[in-house]
Amino acid sequence: MLTLENLTVHLGKNRYCFNLQTGTEQVCAILGKSGSGKSTLLNLIAGFLVAESGKLQWQKENLVGLPANQRPITTLFQQNNLFTHLNVAKNIGLGINPDLKLTNQDKDNIDQVLDEVGLAGYATHSATKLSGGEQQRVALARCLLRKQPILLLDEPFSALDEHTRHDMLELTRNVIDKHKLCVVLVTHNKDDARLLDAQQYQLTDGQLHLQS
Amino acid sequence: MSVSAGLTSGWMQPANSRFKWWLPGLLALVVLALMTGLPLTALVVSATDVAPQDVLTNPYFRRVIWFSFYQALLSAVFSVGLAIPVAQALSREQKFPFRKLLLNLYSLSLVIPTIVAIFGVVAVYGRTGWLNDITTALGFNAFSIYGLNGILIAHIFFNMPLATRVLLQSLDNIPNEQWRLSTQLRMSGLSQFRFIEWPAMRSQLLGVFMLIFTLCFTSFTIVMTLGGGPRATTIEVAIYQALRFDFDLNVAVSLAIVQLVFCAVLLFASAIFKHEAPLGFSIGNPGTLFRPASGYRWLNALTIGVATLFVLLPLAGLLISAINPTTTKVLLHANTISASINTVIIALTASSLSVVLGVGLLISSRHMRIRLGQHRLGQWIQHAGNIILVMPPVVLGTGLFLLLRNVADVFSIALGLAIVINSLMALPFVLRILDGPLMQAAEQHDRLIQSLGITGWSRWRLLDWPLVRKPLGFAMAISATLAAGDLSAIALFGSERALTLPLLLFQRMGSYRLHEAAVTAALLLLVCLMLFLLLQAATNVAERHQHANA
Repeated sequence: MLTLENLTVHLGKNRYCFNLQTGTEQVCAILGKSGSGKSTLLNLIAGFLVAESGKLQWQKENLVGLPANQRPITTLFQQNNLFTHLNVAKNIGLGINPDLKLTNQDKDNIDQVLDEVGLAGYATHSATKLSGGEQQRVALARCLLRKQPILLLDEPFSALDEHTRHDMLELTRNVIDKHKLCVVLVTHNKDDARLLDAQQYQLTDGQLHLQS
Repeated sequence: MSVSAGLTSGWMQPANSRFKWWLPGLLALVVLALMTGLPLTALVVSATDVAPQDVLTNPYFRRVIWFSFYQALLSAVFSVGLAIPVAQALSREQKFPFRKLLLNLYSLSLVIPTIVAIFGVVAVYGRTGWLNDITTALGFNAFSIYGLNGILIAHIFFNMPLATRVLLQSLDNIPNEQWRLSTQLRMSGLSQFRFIEWPAMRSQLLGVFMLIFTLCFTSFTIVMTLGGGPRATTIEVAIYQALRFDFDLNVAVSLAIVQLVFCAVLLFASAIFKHEAPLGFSIGNPGTLFRPASGYRWLNALTIGVATLFVLLPLAGLLISAINPTTTKVLLHANTISASINTVIIALTASSLSVVLGVGLLISSRHMRIRLGQHRLGQWIQHAGNIILVMPPVVLGTGLFLLLRNVADVFSIALGLAIVINSLMALPFVLRILDGPLMQAAEQHDRLIQSLGITGWSRWRLLDWPLVRKPLGFAMAISATLAAGDLSAIALFGSERALTLPLLLFQRMGSYRLHEAAVTAALLLLVCLMLFLLLQAATNVAERHQHANA
């Protein structure tokens, strides 16, 4: 269970205070206009931003104070998920070992996860040559290989065209079910939330409101 | 390591114990402090015995100070003023046959050692040069290259191309629509200048003017070679003369402090006016630009032609005069060989030191700017690398002299001192070249890098090095070339025991052995070009090597 209790931060003139409880295998979607604080919420959960007060817990364990790379969390960003000078396998491999020291077992796992996201045989492709949708698939593959229980989705579909977006949403739906992930999705598109069967929250005035 | 939530809110640093983000920057700052802080302290301490106000009341030094400003003002006015029509002509004639050649020539002025260019300028405009051959044949008085005339010509030779490149860049950034619109509105060439080109250039004018003014104000080599005497000496050269010829430490220290104050004021003033001086060697892609052929096309052609000749003639003059009966004898002379070796040693060590310092400052400054949200402070740490702009080489050299004179024989460690000064001179260039590539990728991927926990050496090896390899090669190449061609540091400390090619060239020019000087100048130019090309090529080899391993 992921719990946010009066998780508070001030940025400039704005005050944010978040309350949220979500099950271990639940998808929740945060809807809001740009500038409403959606990214702030994800930054707080992921540890890119530290709260001034309040609680942030996963399975009753405190996350506040843990650095970003030690939280049980992996994020799929809207863009720039890949390092364009590295090939697909190395981009994914960084998720296993940040020094890129990979065993043969790791390499097999990379091939396997590429198969899972529908990119079998892409391991040695250069990241620059991939389409936007393919890049997001590679990034999703890395998220899966990191085997973290919490997946944060930071508008990962909004830069894709309509057709690719639907494919990507379907793929995401499948891997969430298969890997039993706790997901927090940030989006301005209600469609995304609906297609992922998400519990929907509206973010206004720095607070979350459950949508019925 | 646990961080309490109440104490450290805001942007957070990863508590990864392996990576000490402050270490590279701190080490660089300590080295910088040793290299500049100690000499500065030595200067200030000695200054208690001297009275800078005596300098200000002495008519000779008042004249020197006045001349420093006067020649810098004229140089900047002429350089920028001449650059305006040249940039305009180049912008309007995108398909001019020699356009590319001219732009490449203009970029080269970054690599050509000052003393080499001066030799070329003398070969064309000097007493026995081509220009005087023509003017005396036409019955005019001989034209003297020494004094204000020569200083201005040499300053314009270096800075007009710089100004042209800045202005051309802003002209090339004018959206095509504005030009299409102006054609439909049937604007005359003059209206186009008034409503389209002038507004685009105006934003850059003050900035580039200040830049050139500052460069010329602290100009050393040109003034020392072509000026001198009470009528044409700048503060920078007066310090050198006081130290090297009159052995008058009081005067040297007083002038150095005066110069320090002026430079600080000038740096502050130029920080107010931004400018975008391009450092790269390519200018845009003119193929996509829509520029109607307008104005008087013959005038454009004439402008471009004269501007090309102005830069090309001195270079051609130099190369032609380098082939003479003394060529082989000079090349094989023991002094030439030892000077060449010293030059390469200084170039490679100074550029390595400069790049290491620059990368160290940038890595820590980047962490502060991106990860810690301390943008201002991070930028200041980076600005520490620009210290040489406040403390020009001869001032720094005076400080080093004061600091070390009781400890060591400064003339026997001349090469070491030249390396210190030259690495600091190259550092602003290194910082400007590497700042963009190091920051850009990091900004885009910062949260990803953080969540994957890529830090320290792995981050450098996997993420930074592949992206900065080429800019790093360029930075190495530029700083090595600058160090190889510099005369200011070695002029202070050099001697027969510590010769470099610029110093040898200066000596041979000074004793009017012009044949020998011509060969030396061509050799120095060759060494600089080789250093530049080889160091850039080295990074390409590294790239191929990496691809082979991929």
